[in-house]
Amino acid sequence: MKYIRSFALFWWNFVVGDDWRVALGLAVALGLTYLLTHNGVNAWWLLPVAIVLLLAGSLWRETRNAP
Amino acid sequence: MRARAEIRHDGAVNTNTALVVLGSFLACGVEMVEALTIVLGVGIVRGWRSTLIGVGVATVVLAAIVAALGPALRVIPIGTLRFVVGALLLAFGLQWLRKAILRSSGYMPLHDEDAAFRREREQAAAAGHEQKAGLDWYAFTVSFKGVLLEGLEVVFIVITFGSAQKSYGLAAAGAAAALVVVVAAGVLARGPLERVPENTIKYAVGLLLTSFGCFWGAEGAGVDWPGDELSLLAVLAFLGAFSLLFVRLLRRRRRHTLAPAEAPA
Repeated sequence: MKYIRSFALFWWNFVVGDDWRVALGLAVALGLTYLLTHNGVNAWWLLPVAIVLLLAGSLWRETRNAP
Repeated sequence: MRARAEIRHDGAVNTNTALVVLGSFLACGVEMVEALTIVLGVGIVRGWRSTLIGVGVATVVLAAIVAALGPALRVIPIGTLRFVVGALLLAFGLQWLRKAILRSSGYMPLHDEDAAFRREREQAAAAGHEQKAGLDWYAFTVSFKGVLLEGLEVVFIVITFGSAQKSYGLAAAGAAAALVVVVAAGVLARGPLERVPENTIKYAVGLLLTSFGCFWGAEGAGVDWPGDELSLLAVLAFLGAFSLLFVRLLRRRRRHTLAPAEAPA
């Protein structure tokens, strides 16, 4: 049980890391890209913009209360 | 006109190939430097036999994972693979990029291999001497875990880069070159590789992983990139420009925050 938990924790830290909101945001952005492209909109611009916004939000959260 | 387009396309493919090798080399190099620090710290204090057996067993386990996963990934359709791999690379790469920006702007301390090495040595010296299967169990388990965990990241990077670009050989070549360079540097230095510009490398790797993740993830979702493979360079430039802007803004903000506290009374 201890090893399973360590293994799961390793993958959680590896993929999700310190800010789960970024991982969730990326999943939503990828899902939206998929939906748009399969409904006739070539949404190549969506993911780069989403990455910049998610990164900015994460950096702001991390540094707003820092000394 | 068509010939020119083909040349341009070939040029872009070559650039992407070079980026795959470079990304694999840098990412694997950073992970290997961290593994080397652990192995050196334990080996110097506890002796080399059990430490190197730990390294060997971890390498066998990693090879088994590659042997199991590699062929399995070949049967997945390329579109699905790129979507999944792109999503994973994005999540993983953005973490590296975020931390590199925080380190570059002074909000996070730089990773210090020398301090990590000293910490590893102190822990190795303080640990008890338990013998199991004729091995110094502490030396074996610490070197095994260190190489396995850092190695898993190497395996993940090689498999994802290789599978999405359909060039396992190139990604593996990048990782192998990193292994040769890091081991040779470790043997020559006989100590931790503290002069490696680790944050700069992690910054570059974070940018590369995020850009590849964005490109493959979107392509896997069905996007038709304008300019085809060339757009990877545009994504890299776009994300690079914004990340540098974030570093600049955060540095300025940090200077303003610290200035009143540091000003003489």
